[in-house]
Amino acid sequence: MKPQDISRRNFLRQAACSGAALTLAAYLPAYGHTTSRIINPVTDGTLPGTELLSWISINPAGKVTLMCNRSEMGQGTFQAFPQMLAEELEVSLDDVEIAFAPANPEKYGPQPQEGSFSVRGWAPRLLHTGACAREMLIEAAAAEWHVSKNECYAENGTVINRKTEKRLPYGALVEKAAKLKPPAEVNLKKRADYKIIGKSAPRKDIPLKTNGSAIFGLDKKLPGMKYAVIERSKRFRETVKNFDDSETRKVPGVSHVFKVNRPVFSQYSEGVAVVADSLWAAMQGRKVLKVDWNDPDSDLPATASLEKQMHENLQKIGRHSKFETEYERCGQKLEASYETPYQSHSCMEPLNCTADVRADAIEIWGPIQEANWIQADLSQRFNVPIERVAVHMTFLGGGFGRKAFPDYPYEAAFISKEIQSPVQVVWTREDDMTAGPFRPGAFYTLKGGLDTQGRIHAFQANTATQWIGQEWSATPPGIPEAAGYNTGDFEGLLHPYRKGIPHYSFGGAGTHSPIPVMWWRSVYASTHGFACESFIDELARLAGKDPLAFRREHLPDPRYQALIDRMSELTNWQSHGKNQGWGAAFTECFTGICGHAVKITRNAEGKVRIEKVIALMDCGWYVNPDIIRAQVEGSIVMALGAATLHATTFEDGKAVQQNFDTYPMPRIADIPPIEVHIMENDEKPGGVGEPGLPPFAPALANAIFDLTGRRIRRLPFSLDEIS
Amino acid sequence: MSSYKLSVNGEAYTVDADEQMPLLWVIRDLIGLTGTKYGCGIAQCGACTVHLSGAPVRSCSFPVSAVGEQPVITIEGLSEDNSHPVQRAWIAEQVPQCGYCQSGQIMSAVALLASNADPDDEAINAAMNGNICRCGTYPRIRKAIKTAAGYSH
Ligand code: FES
Ligand code: FES
Repeated sequence: MKPQDISRRNFLRQAACSGAALTLAAYLPAYGHTTSRIINPVTDGTLPGTELLSWISINPAGKVTLMCNRSEMGQGTFQAFPQMLAEELEVSLDDVEIAFAPANPEKYGPQPQEGSFSVRGWAPRLLHTGACAREMLIEAAAAEWHVSKNECYAENGTVINRKTEKRLPYGALVEKAAKLKPPAEVNLKKRADYKIIGKSAPRKDIPLKTNGSAIFGLDKKLPGMKYAVIERSKRFRETVKNFDDSETRKVPGVSHVFKVNRPVFSQYSEGVAVVADSLWAAMQGRKVLKVDWNDPDSDLPATASLEKQMHENLQKIGRHSKFETEYERCGQKLEASYETPYQSHSCMEPLNCTADVRADAIEIWGPIQEANWIQADLSQRFNVPIERVAVHMTFLGGGFGRKAFPDYPYEAAFISKEIQSPVQVVWTREDDMTAGPFRPGAFYTLKGGLDTQGRIHAFQANTATQWIGQEWSATPPGIPEAAGYNTGDFEGLLHPYRKGIPHYSFGGAGTHSPIPVMWWRSVYASTHGFACESFIDELARLAGKDPLAFRREHLPDPRYQALIDRMSELTNWQSHGKNQGWGAAFTECFTGICGHAVKITRNAEGKVRIEKVIALMDCGWYVNPDIIRAQVEGSIVMALGAATLHATTFEDGKAVQQNFDTYPMPRIADIPPIEVHIMENDEKPGGVGEPGLPPFAPALANAIFDLTGRRIRRLPFSLDEIS
Repeated sequence: MSSYKLSVNGEAYTVDADEQMPLLWVIRDLIGLTGTKYGCGIAQCGACTVHLSGAPVRSCSFPVSAVGEQPVITIEGLSEDNSHPVQRAWIAEQVPQCGYCQSGQIMSAVALLASNADPDDEAINAAMNGNICRCGTYPRIRKAIKTAAGYSH
């Protein structure tokens, strides 16, 4: 990477808390724009976006503060980002502090926390920034000593003169360094020379999370802050006809009751806010509020009608004649269908946001995954210039995609503006679980045909699902005239299958529904993966081949073959007895490739129990192996819940499950031993937070088939019912 | 509204609250200790776990009027500097991810270890099954409880 526009004007001198800290801001050139914002359209073939990085602050005492521009919801970015900066800056992680950067695309670039993007998207820029800052500090020291830069090197927050062994700490150099022009090119370290990257440095946020001091959104307090809860429409996209707040206003502490709206992209619904001096009072006031609703102008979705629609839509996807011809030529053919439900994100921290809206400025604090997006949304909806919209990220008690949806900050800002006071809007668990957005349910038909060698000759995957894009437009995409042929991608399916299988076809049909839907950890891969990797297992059985060897045969790529081979070793695959109950599955999404193998047994009562899960992650170049292991462990637990314990269903236009009593979560006793292994290679950095989830459900389903001969075609299913 | 005298983490507080107000909101919003979390409000998730006379209770479903003289200990009462063996074990095993459930997990684990110095897997399952972790840190919670048990040997 070559900097093209690193200039002095971007090195901002700032007074920080200490009064004399300097901020080194490196403007990195990746996309070449200086003023465009992330919401600008692409005009000249480059990606829109401003890469002004202002990450490193060193005070005269040598204290280094590194900014983390990503939200921290457990995925470990709070640790991984500083690890990358510190490596090239040559400081010890023990000596740095980490702070959340507020939304500021010009300074910190785009900040959405999704797509498992943190490390894979930012590594080059952060390494480069750290290296630039280091070189400037070295240059400042060289000037001080009147020697050539080449005589000096940096180590542990100090610049050292090789010949004289004189030393100057960064704190003494930073003021001069900040006035220098950043180097046009810097040398980055070799992977073998890393001291911090690739090591399991303990996470800096963890001690805050073991003594109750980490500040989550719900923990934010402002002087004079009020609390609000909202009675939202239970049926999707309802509006308020009228409400009776006479009892509500009698509750001590309740100060305001008024109508609010909840616009989400192109969708709209309403509710009634109850504002009080305490959250408890607001909740009590809400209990006695009476609201009459206008019937929504859409139909009232129910799970039965949604499923009927998905079944019908699958039939309507046009056939591609070339693919059909190839499929018909196959000697052995198989068709199968799979069904997956809607799911709730149910982050452990229910949604909430704190806002302080003044005449010409908006300030919000909250568990926010999409700082820039929310900043832009608020700016537009309230007609306040973007630079007067301050978005502060707290720690997130989980995100999983939900906390990128801009509805809850909007409500907080709306209420604060109305009551002219700071306010915290809190969603109860019931609000959080019933209002959506949800992961959409998806139904599938797969068909595959084998050639005379028992290899896949033709493979088709069709899905009917509610497309996530529907939130952005009033009409979701319909049903295509024909499925594709040897083109496109099916999120979750390993990419090289498209080389190893001569004829393939993917098709999809959108469900029409007013239910809000959104990314849920690993997005479509979470359901596509179940369908595809269960079906590949079915084809392997049809061919009479070992499921791992069968996959390998269709993956003409050494990286993927190595993954299969390693899984084979880790599981001692060849030595499995016939009735041991092993299943494996492999998926890829967000450039992370992951395999799971599940071993099941029957317990004394004849019930199937998971004995062990072995996971193998290939995310290429990586920063912190312990964070990877933690993410994969957590993904497996989340996938276990989605496969065997819970689903969101709908009746009469509303979600049925409201809390953990009817939406049961995996608990400690449900969790088998989990082993996580990481592939070592020099591939580009890949995603971690999401790719560890999709292989679990199909691996478990394949293990159940292996043990019992029963094929799981619908999620969730109860392990207790398998015998 | 009534006035209640509470002992929280060894400090005496007097609060004015509705008798039905759950202890959770008293601790968080009236006393201002925010380490104890709200997760479900119906005694299903354990995020709000505190100790009442040493026993774990779900403070979201425990009215302030029922506390009486019993001393309350919250996560903040274990130690500020993370020196409590369970906190040390949690850091050693790098348990928390998002961290939101962890105050409750730790309070349940502390209560378990107080009554059983060397819990086996069964005992851990029984004591910890009321605490949900959406991030799925359960394998590490199990390990950290065993690590903490080792510290006091
Ligand atoms: S908040 Fe009390 S158990 Fe969930
Ligand atoms: S660490 Fe996130 S819910 Fe437990």
